[in-house]
Amino acid sequence: MPVTTIGTAQVHVDAEGFLTDYDEWSEGLAVQLAAAIGIDLTAAHWKAIRFLREDFKAQGETATIRRVCTLGGIPTKQLFALFPKKPAKKMAYIAGLPKPLGCV
Amino acid sequence: MITQAVPAIVPNFDDGIGAGRKLAIICSKGNLDMAYPGLILANAALGEGVETHLFFTFWGFDMITKSRMRDLKFTMLGNTATHLPQGLGGLPGMTAIATHQMKKQIHDIGVPDVPEFLEQIVASGGHLWACRMSADMMHLTKDDLYEDVEGIISASDFIEKTEDAQLLFI
Repeated sequence: MPVTTIGTAQVHVDAEGFLTDYDEWSEGLAVQLAAAIGIDLTAAHWKAIRFLREDFKAQGETATIRRVCTLGGIPTKQLFALFPKKPAKKMAYIAGLPKPLGCV
Repeated sequence: MITQAVPAIVPNFDDGIGAGRKLAIICSKGNLDMAYPGLILANAALGEGVETHLFFTFWGFDMITKSRMRDLKFTMLGNTATHLPQGLGGLPGMTAIATHQMKKQIHDIGVPDVPEFLEQIVASGGHLWACRMSADMMHLTKDDLYEDVEGIISASDFIEKTEDAQLLFI
């Protein structure tokens, strides 16, 4: 498992760069992860990120866009505006979680 | 001491080989089980940042016709993949039972029904188009269709709109 440096932190990641250890994540790290993919986190971003973290803790897998929309209460359109082009993967990356496995 | 700067491993979200990719999906079937492949693939493509256009034609028109889109059916008849005797599928009420069962299975895994799925596809930036010839044949106008259908267009218009797109016929 590669180790990479995000900001000042050393974290374990997979080959693409997604964090592999839930507990190595922190809110400070999220800011750095977001910056690495060109996103400045606002309150609206944080709502999604925090939902993903909580949902993963409860479910053991990363929420899909639909789940963030229906259970997290953030409309799909807004997710595409906050995390352009690839919201599911970008949210997962910033939240320090694996890519979602679900199809829908 | 020599320190070597190793670049951070960061996913490449925006400049992959898929940048600028387009997908066209032609939905030509009105059975419940044949509605989903197009919807699921469209949704997946949009989630990957792929510009996606769906063209509804012939029986696929049921997917966007307001009076029918909530009432697509699944039948065992002619479908050997149920591994049940074909005669069973022809019994009265069997299509209703099979449809009910399939809708329940779809619902149970958190996948939306057809209208809600279309809503999600549109919210994700997908484009819905209706086939001109099908509308004419069935005497349907834009008022009969799901409100987010962008237009009733000819096959040539669709081909023009989807220049350079990859294409799926379902």
